[in-house]
Amino acid sequence: MSEAVAALETIGLGKRYGRRWGLRDCSVRLPAGRIAALVGPNGAGKSTLLRMAAGITRPSAGEVRVFGHSPQRQTVDVLRKIGYLDQERPLYRAFRVGQMLRFGERLNPNWDAMAAHGYLSELGIPGNAKVGKLSVGQQAQVAMAMCLAKQPALLLLDEPLAALDPVAREGLMHLLLGSVADGQTTVLLSSHAIADLATVCDYIIILSASRVLIADDLDYVLASHRLLVGSSQGASHAPAGVVVVARTSSERQIELLVRVEQPVTDPTWRVIEPTLEEIVLAYLREQSTGTLSEVRAGESVEGQQR
Amino acid sequence: MFVESRQPLINFRLDPRTGLAPYRQLVDQVRQAVSLGLLHPGDRLPSVREVVTQVTINPNTVHRAYRELEHEGVVEGRSGLGTFVTASASSRVTAEDRAVLLEELREWVGRAHRAGLDGDAIAALVAVAVLPEDIVAL
Repeated sequence: MSEAVAALETIGLGKRYGRRWGLRDCSVRLPAGRIAALVGPNGAGKSTLLRMAAGITRPSAGEVRVFGHSPQRQTVDVLRKIGYLDQERPLYRAFRVGQMLRFGERLNPNWDAMAAHGYLSELGIPGNAKVGKLSVGQQAQVAMAMCLAKQPALLLLDEPLAALDPVAREGLMHLLLGSVADGQTTVLLSSHAIADLATVCDYIIILSASRVLIADDLDYVLASHRLLVGSSQGASHAPAGVVVVARTSSERQIELLVRVEQPVTDPTWRVIEPTLEEIVLAYLREQSTGTLSEVRAGESVEGQQR
Repeated sequence: MFVESRQPLINFRLDPRTGLAPYRQLVDQVRQAVSLGLLHPGDRLPSVREVVTQVTINPNTVHRAYRELEHEGVVEGRSGLGTFVTASASSRVTAEDRAVLLEELREWVGRAHRAGLDGDAIAALVAVAVLPEDIVAL
């Protein structure tokens, strides 16, 4: 399987804005057919990565390949395979919905007009409605429907759920999932709604401060992390064979989020399976406080205290 | 051509509080619907597309759940038509077996009540008991 061409592959990819790196040393490999979540704080480089993958901006370092080709070179063939939805959801506000669809049809040879009309009629958005008069949720749905009608092999969605109420979020996710249900489309979407993503994604990329912290199968990420709870007196050393990602303590308790390769059997620790949200937050919190130092097996946990 | 216009026979739901993997929850819900007689042999399960427009879930997870159910012999895939409950599925647990198990469970619940556990505590114990042992730490 690993021999198959990845939907998206980056090798040492970087983007510099003046002196500051927006993304640095980013190497990820997203297999085809996945739905991947791209998470991280604002300014972590999520949009920068998506825009380079979409061929909109040029890398300052490294390479990006979409189905084996650079979206910056060999442009037409590759760009036809990519659907990119900017977080601003660019639509012509003065256009009517039907005009937007015809516009999309002219520009995209692969355009599925039946599907586009189907999406909008299911959503109850009339073709003669002015785009600018639609609610934020409906505008998001029109923008998503246009993106899907292009029938891209790789869908890049920058914060598609932002500014939407819970009902609109659900509607948009169902529109997206129904359209990619045949497993032929690879999706990479950035979002802050980690709890929502846990059931939707099967791949996760965690970015922080312009760097990749994790890029892996969701199942593997969940299986290889554990939350260990011990008493402050008894548990002064992390169990053998684990890597400590984050540590929180109270007067009586120590809680470690650890990366494991084997089940933890040390009886001084209570072992809990963390949720995706707990794992992501542990990485991001430690990164933001600058303490993401990895404690190796047997090292003193106390030594980690600040 | 097969038309998907009718309502799906069952609705899935995902409960984040159970801690069970989403695919496991789908498998359990189909099994339960079959054993409760909500789904009969020959009934068609909702298509993957129907499921993902009803609950927010990865299509691959639905495929995985259906494959697992197929492996267990509860359902069978018919190419191009969908996934159907098998004839043998409902007879795997007889009504008598179910009655006996329920009777035993009621006895156990009675013991748990007398030991001072309330409904929530009992449900929590049951939730632990159905998990594989290696991932449980009380």
